[in-house]
Amino acid sequence: MSKDLKLEEPLGKVIVVTSGKGGVGKTTTSAAVGAELARRGHKTVVIDFDVGLRNLDMIMGCERRVVFDFINVIQGDAKLKQALIRDRRLETLSVLPTSQTRDKDALTKDGVQKVLEELRQEFDYIICDSPAGIERGAQMAMHFADEAIVVTNPEVSSVRDSDRVLGLLNSITDRAGKAGAEPVKAHVLITRHDKSRISNGEMMKVEDVLEVLAEPLLGIIPESKAVLRASNLGVPVVLDDPSAAATAYEDAVGRLIGEQIEMRIAADRRPGLLQRLFGRAV
Amino acid sequence: MFGFSLRPRKASASTAKERLQILLAHERSGSGGARPDCLPQLQREILEVIRRHMQIGDEAIDIRMERGDELSSLEINIEFPGKLGMN
Repeated sequence: MSKDLKLEEPLGKVIVVTSGKGGVGKTTTSAAVGAELARRGHKTVVIDFDVGLRNLDMIMGCERRVVFDFINVIQGDAKLKQALIRDRRLETLSVLPTSQTRDKDALTKDGVQKVLEELRQEFDYIICDSPAGIERGAQMAMHFADEAIVVTNPEVSSVRDSDRVLGLLNSITDRAGKAGAEPVKAHVLITRHDKSRISNGEMMKVEDVLEVLAEPLLGIIPESKAVLRASNLGVPVVLDDPSAAATAYEDAVGRLIGEQIEMRIAADRRPGLLQRLFGRAV
Repeated sequence: MFGFSLRPRKASASTAKERLQILLAHERSGSGGARPDCLPQLQREILEVIRRHMQIGDEAIDIRMERGDELSSLEINIEFPGKLGMN
């Protein structure tokens, strides 16, 4: 694709955060991964694909500053530059909010492709926060992805939906349709991991989830009070006070960009005997 | 290592409530006429007016907004070339 004679800046990488099932932590993950990449100095933008149910702006804390959105840009009512909201904490981080008033039909494949191509010129990482489900919105979010973070809870319906999503990544995406293209590189991110519920057999073990999904593990995010606190405050969890969840996201991002980091299950320290015994894996 | 777990949990929930109240008040009422949907039109009209006097491109305008509890602000920046073509 690139011309041999000209030295071109490498294009940004498009990473979709998807899951099928709702409520597993896609938006929390998009915000945390985006913020951590930006904190490491990579120019990063996070895009909300959940048209009609805008929430990324809330989680990132820029909800009061939305002027134009993704749909305005697709429909030519605003330029991309005018719709991007620069984060106040990290200058390498931007948010492209979605529309609260339109519906998912406003997302066209051509429109999405054009916006992503423009973003690839400008940013190192483009994080696409997918809506739940496997309908149009989710398909648009994954269509042009180079990599995918499949967010999974250690629980049957979530694992099943993740498997379905992995299937779609390998069949309906742009990369899947192009002869000779590398397939979308998928990573499994286990969130809301609860050690005590796993040890008493209520929740599936990480190795069982991975055995079923047969894709590499990006990280294990423990169930943590820090996540709710971060949402309440509108701060990506990695930019709030230190926590087990933040550490786990930092590790996951390190792996995402190719660092070798040993898998560990962090836990917040809480009073209680079990926590005292097992909570030091940090 | 993480000795903060007893710190203001209540405070974060009340921050959440405040943020939601401000946001939803704006979304429901479209307060001050500044509904998000009217902004593309506002932008077009501003460009039109300015173009009566100066030559500027579509990207020369930048609208920033900050919705507040009692007060919101709209910041409009127009960029134009140093030696601009004043009509």
